[in-house]
Amino acid sequence: MTTFETLHEDAVADARRESNRRSSAASRLRRLPVGLALSWLILGTVVLWAIAPSLFSAFNPLQGVGGEQLQRPSAEHLLGTDALGRDLYARIVHGAVHSLTGAFVAVGLGLVLGTALGVIAGSVQRRLDDAIMRLVDVLLSIPPLLLSLSIIILLGFGTVNAAIAVGVTSVAGFARLARAEVVRVRRSDYVEAAFGSGGTFASVLWRHVLPNSLTSVVAFAALQFGSAVLQISTLGFLGYGAPPPTPEWGLLIAEGRNYISTAWWLTTAPGIVVVLVVLAANRVSQSFGKVAA
Amino acid sequence: MTVIPGPFPPVLEVENLCIAYADSSGERRAVHDVSFRINPGEVVALVGESGSGKTTTAQSIIGLLAANGRVERGSIRLNGTDIARWTDRQLDTVRGARISLVPQDPGSSLNPVKTIGSQLGEIFRIHGALRSDEIEARVISLLARVGLSEPALRARQYPHELSGGMRQRVLIAIAIALKPQLIIADEPTSALDVTVQKRILDLIDELRAEYGAAVLLVTHDLGVAADRADRIVVLKGGRIQEQGATGAVLAAPRSPYTRQLLADAPSFTAPLRLAAVRPSIASAPDDIVVVEGLVREFVREGGGSALRAVDDLSFRVRRGTTHAVVGESGSGKTTTIRSIVGFDRPTAGRIAIDGIDVSGLTGEGLRQFRRKVQLVYQNPYGSLDPRQNVLQIVTEPLTNFLGLRRSDREEKARTILARVGLPEEALGRRPLALSGGQRQRVAIARALVLDPQLVVLDEAVSALDVSVQARILDLLDELQSDLGLTYLFVSHDLAVVRQISDTVSVLKDGRLVDGGTVSDVFENPRSDYTRELINAIPGRKRRAAA
Repeated sequence: MTTFETLHEDAVADARRESNRRSSAASRLRRLPVGLALSWLILGTVVLWAIAPSLFSAFNPLQGVGGEQLQRPSAEHLLGTDALGRDLYARIVHGAVHSLTGAFVAVGLGLVLGTALGVIAGSVQRRLDDAIMRLVDVLLSIPPLLLSLSIIILLGFGTVNAAIAVGVTSVAGFARLARAEVVRVRRSDYVEAAFGSGGTFASVLWRHVLPNSLTSVVAFAALQFGSAVLQISTLGFLGYGAPPPTPEWGLLIAEGRNYISTAWWLTTAPGIVVVLVVLAANRVSQSFGKVAA
Repeated sequence: MTVIPGPFPPVLEVENLCIAYADSSGERRAVHDVSFRINPGEVVALVGESGSGKTTTAQSIIGLLAANGRVERGSIRLNGTDIARWTDRQLDTVRGARISLVPQDPGSSLNPVKTIGSQLGEIFRIHGALRSDEIEARVISLLARVGLSEPALRARQYPHELSGGMRQRVLIAIAIALKPQLIIADEPTSALDVTVQKRILDLIDELRAEYGAAVLLVTHDLGVAADRADRIVVLKGGRIQEQGATGAVLAAPRSPYTRQLLADAPSFTAPLRLAAVRPSIASAPDDIVVVEGLVREFVREGGGSALRAVDDLSFRVRRGTTHAVVGESGSGKTTTIRSIVGFDRPTAGRIAIDGIDVSGLTGEGLRQFRRKVQLVYQNPYGSLDPRQNVLQIVTEPLTNFLGLRRSDREEKARTILARVGLPEEALGRRPLALSGGQRQRVAIARALVLDPQLVVLDEAVSALDVSVQARILDLLDELQSDLGLTYLFVSHDLAVVRQISDTVSVLKDGRLVDGGTVSDVFENPRSDYTRELINAIPGRKRRAAA
């Protein structure tokens, strides 16, 4: 528990402040399940990698060292080196910032655009609602990978463009969920009562409908974070993400693939990191859902 | 407490029963040393308000305590055998066969995806009481016995195709199927309309006489207990306040709490007001509400003729008085008031509030109109935003209308909250941390903070316990005389209506069947329906005796 405590301090200060407000943090920590604690630990570590990568690895992620190509994992190179003699651990640590910002931009885009569409659809009259939701249905019917590839081809390659492409695929999901929540909240007595006490459409929407319908949207955003990391890595793997030599996780897996028979660690290590981050994000989002319920 | 042995061995003997619930902070005892007995064929009523431990006691008898509940000590003897610490497997042989339960909410107590017949047949299958080819015939005869028309058809139907009263009959059929010695009826009628309530209680009485079963009737309504029970056990805070023969308890209550309950039960109290006490009724010909020829039709989906929810309804309400709109579910009373407060547009007819024609209002005009008319909802659990605190809820209408500064708004909200009797420390709490009565006070404060002229109360007290209900009614009465408010009081409960209204309109199927001053309508009801409603008020035995 001690390692967790120290990491917890920096990494998830936000979540902690939140929990302080709801109940005493101490009693909350005691009841914290092990899996959830581990998930926070993983996410916290990855966030630290993104913020201060040089604290974790002294090697240069972009420049190889001559004569140290394709070395096995050892005390010096924790996860070995790649074909150009670059330390793999350093590349993973430095790659976190690309994968994480990509995922944040993607989820942020989906959250803002999708929720806005959903809230509008849920609170306006039938016809506009129908128009928006049929558009969303069309978006949902296109396979996400195909959609993101088409968008990248339109926008050009790069980390941010890949993130936008991934974000657009999650707009439909956010819109559906937000609309369903808004429709539920709008039917409640307290919203009618707010109109009854003279609220205008905008003020009721802002004061009552939004705060009460966003809980599950936020939980969904945490869930989407994991799948965004996965999708961005997929795009990187296919060569549609950041160009080499950027140490993006998907790209690392793709580069390692050529040496899989001789240097298996080059694909396995970044692969495991991606899997762990996705699982951790899922577990954390699940706990958000529970708190909301 | 010593138990005097009766002439027959009792069916059930509960002795020194203590039940505790575990929560995060340890164990909290909910039932303290409760002892009572039920003789064969006897009806015993457990009376108390929510939180009194009456449902906990009833659940423990049939072994259905919530998972965190535990019988700490004491015994529950069924025909002399202590079943208090039996395992579920042991209890299975008793449940349904010797003790059965009629649950509180017929809406959620039946499985929605199975037919009535298969759910009723299940009890025979579980207990292996009948061969499978006999079950169907038995199910149909039972459904007929509990008074359902076309029993063969009902057996093939699903719960959602039946009304609340019919579902409760099905649950009673399940409870009596194996002729148990003891039927536990946990608030069997509180979710039902008054006339249906009476018929269901009559049915339980009839079946008890026929099968010789004893009944433990759990209720918050002393009126119901007075009519139906041989003996009454009054509970408060998990402790027995008083128990004895019904007549004796009602005639000479020993504990102050029973006296309080008697004073609060609307079925026993005399009308608060008589026309003579309120001269304003006769002198001021000033009608604040005028409803003329109101019609509201709903178009049915998939074509067909439109459904007429309100059919040619007219009434007037004088300023400063209370007018009650009475009817059962489906009578159109809610549709009517929604039109009056401007949430719904009538198909035809005219509604004028304080000279303003409501049906012509839109946009900003409608918003300004809302300052004059405020609605208090039936369910205080749903009408307050769970994310706002009390002060925010009450200041919100002020923010919408008056350009006051924040401190002035809060000052005004505090004044009105103090006026409705809410303690100062409750202001920062969210609705979830308040009791039902406190929430309804907050809802009333929100309605009054804009100084409206008309307050529409939609079943505003029916979700509350009798004593809380009595306090809220007192408060409403006080506010009316102080602020000169006009109330439009919607209710299905004639006892409450008689207590606080000046005039009344009785609705049935969207039509006005009776109307006038309360004393006129109650003493000379002009329609059979009104007579039926008046007869359904529980507590007649006691009134007759008094």
